Amino acid sequence: MLRVLNFAHGTFYMLGAYTTYQFVQWVGGGPGLFWLAALGGALAVAALGGLVERLLFRHLYGKEELYQLLFTYALVLILSDAAKMLWGTQQKSVSRPPELSGAFTLFGATIPSYNLLIILLGPAIALGFWLTLQRTRVGRFIRAAALDRETLGALGVDVDALYTWIFMLASFLGGLGGALISPMRAITPGMDTEIIVEAFVVVVIGGLGSFWGTFFGALIYGQVLSFGILFFPRFSIFAVFALMAAVLMVRPWGLLGRPLQ
Amino acid sequence: MMTRLGRAPWPLLVVALALLVPAVGSRFYTFLANDVLIWALFATSLNLLVGYTGLVSFGHAAYFGIGAYTTGILMKKLAVPFVLAFPAAGIFAGLAALVFGFFCVRLTRIYFAMLTLAFAQIVWAICFKWNEVTGGEQGMPEIPYPALDWMDRLPWVGDLRTSDHFYLLTVLLVALCLWALRRIVGSPFGRILTTIRENPERAEFIGVNVRRYELIAFVVAGAFAGLAGGLFGIFNRGVFPDFAYWTKSSEVLIMTLLGGMGTFYGPPLGALALILLNQQIVSYTEYWPFVLGTILVVLLFVFPGGLAGAAGIVSRRLARALRA
Amino acid sequence: MLEVHNVRKAFDGFQAVAGVTLGVARGQIAAIIGPNGAGKTTFFNLVTGHLRPDAGTVVLNGRDITGLAPHDVCRLGMGRSFQRTNIFPKLTVFENVQAAFISHRGRGLSFFARVEGLYRDETYAVLESVGLGDKAGEVSGFLSHGNQKQLELGIALASEPDLLLLDEPTAGMSATETRETIRLIERITRERGLTLLFTEHDMEVVFSIAQRISVLHQGRLIAEGTPSEVRNDPEVRRVYLGERRR
Repeated sequence: MLRVLNFAHGTFYMLGAYTTYQFVQWVGGGPGLFWLAALGGALAVAALGGLVERLLFRHLYGKEELYQLLFTYALVLILSDAAKMLWGTQQKSVSRPPELSGAFTLFGATIPSYNLLIILLGPAIALGFWLTLQRTRVGRFIRAAALDRETLGALGVDVDALYTWIFMLASFLGGLGGALISPMRAITPGMDTEIIVEAFVVVVIGGLGSFWGTFFGALIYGQVLSFGILFFPRFSIFAVFALMAAVLMVRPWGLLGRPLQ
Repeated sequence: MMTRLGRAPWPLLVVALALLVPAVGSRFYTFLANDVLIWALFATSLNLLVGYTGLVSFGHAAYFGIGAYTTGILMKKLAVPFVLAFPAAGIFAGLAALVFGFFCVRLTRIYFAMLTLAFAQIVWAICFKWNEVTGGEQGMPEIPYPALDWMDRLPWVGDLRTSDHFYLLTVLLVALCLWALRRIVGSPFGRILTTIRENPERAEFIGVNVRRYELIAFVVAGAFAGLAGGLFGIFNRGVFPDFAYWTKSSEVLIMTLLGGMGTFYGPPLGALALILLNQQIVSYTEYWPFVLGTILVVLLFVFPGGLAGAAGIVSRRLARALRA
Repeated sequence: MLEVHNVRKAFDGFQAVAGVTLGVARGQIAAIIGPNGAGKTTFFNLVTGHLRPDAGTVVLNGRDITGLAPHDVCRLGMGRSFQRTNIFPKLTVFENVQAAFISHRGRGLSFFARVEGLYRDETYAVLESVGLGDKAGEVSGFLSHGNQKQLELGIALASEPDLLLLDEPTAGMSATETRETIRLIERITRERGLTLLFTEHDMEVVFSIAQRISVLHQGRLIAEGTPSEVRNDPEVRRVYLGERRR
């Protein structure tokens, strides 16, 4: 959105999972408490994101993308090691919330109800986010900020604060992703580097700064990966990156994005 | 005094010093010095792009990896002698850079970085999965050392270990490559590259075909990265897919930045500093990435010019203090 | 020398240049004037290949250069300066001009020659003629605005053009600086036998040196002729002086 490439997004995602784990440890796994923990985890990550933006990242806006890119990479290194220090290298896991520990049977396949909820929740959050962007005042500001920082400032908007909020929101969403995924997979220190490149692929395919593009990109990514596995089991990752390269070559701004200038 | 120091034949002295390492230092130091030299070449090749042409490649490890696999496959599977397998690393990496670069230079800034990253990931994915040729996930261990029997007959050098012989060869080859790069940077071609870094729009209007020059720089940088990779595979006693992984690309970028982009001797210095630091810190703590990240943040905020930039500031202050 | 025929360019439906036809004869000093947003810079960008016209042709020395890339146009003998100062800020003054020589004389692909002394005399000659002879070793980004403008002119001259296009060569200068710069440009044009096409907002400047003036307004050519013809053109007076049509 802000035309900032953020390697650290994957790390925020990982931290979301860890903080959720931590909150679950504190509050226990009673009914409803998981959701509280997940929200708490995401909020903690958002706070961290805001702090990082306020103290450090904002000094890099005027500089080259290289510096921004490397800074977010430095964050990856620092934060994932910090996570290692705090939580150790052992795998952690969070049990599914008790109210959703059952499973459904759909078309002969058994789907844990938590996974089903996530499948539904993903698009719901996306839709909610989109509506916020489209319909509210804040959303309009955010979209404007992505286009032209100076003009917005001239209109009397506190751009600095706005950027902090956007950064926090993005961190919140990243953290929430990690929080929600935590009952489904093991939480390990390496989970961030795995997802960073995936997230990049998704965003690039969909279009930098394009909202539905990203969503669409995620769908394509999933499809290519799973069909790739079906037909050429060994070259599915290859196919994904080839797709990313192809998109960049033909439409660098992504399938649904708009060209910048 | 400063000028006399500046006029000393530093490069030759450094080469001589480097050649003495196996005789003076332990096996460990020779190993370390070998590592530094190869990374110095790798970082310098990236500097040609980032520091001189202003192209931020986030996938430079691709060419390093291709070079490593080229030399490795040729020497291990096809028993090709080193004299052919080594240049082949540069040629194959350069060819790959020509193909990938053709598409990359059409894009600018962020998109350029992303596409170089995407291509590097493709290279990595191929190395990772193509078991028959690359050994897949397991990589390709036990790349043979080049035949260096002739060194046995040399005085002083003859009694050294094979790994030391390879080290001496590395010193000479890296010195040769760095000399070539130094000439390129100081050539009319190098000057044109700096105009592109400074202002590509204006460069077009002095008649520079910006894309073509960028592509040539990309190929040259890729070829030298490939040569570094070719040496590294042998040095490392094996070639593995993570040579081409994006974390390697960022490591070399950090070295370049640490040393100082756009200054010729900065990146080798960065390679030296980073590797030595790593060596020191790893013995105290397992949290090397944490330290690296912190260094990077300090660099970005306090010394964007890297070590070379910082040294420049210090020496200017000193000179002013001496004059006063 | 330069013939521009009916070029058009639109951005998102806005006609920035709406069919302009214009010729500059060899050795002439020609100016394009017009209020802000009249399309002067866009017109320049179309002529120099920076933008590709939607329609129309650009002919230089009898050769159709429409849609050629800027570096090709430059090689065919067109030099250009920019409205916003456009130099290579971290290079020295000498290196700025030297680079232009290297590029123009096709030495850009020599990989192993030493660059230091290359085209030294030529470079100093150009620096002298634009009045920067004593500043050769300075980092160009630290020069004063006026000096940077002079340097831009120097870079353009180093491409050894027949036709020089200057986009507001005196933009942002004080009255004295403006006068000096204009004198400089006039002298260089004469000495080198160049053809000059420039845009300018300062009317005094334009009327003092231009032999032929074209007036752009809202992307269209509304008048063309000698300074006195243009000065007395009712349409021009209306646009510039806000005189109402009677």
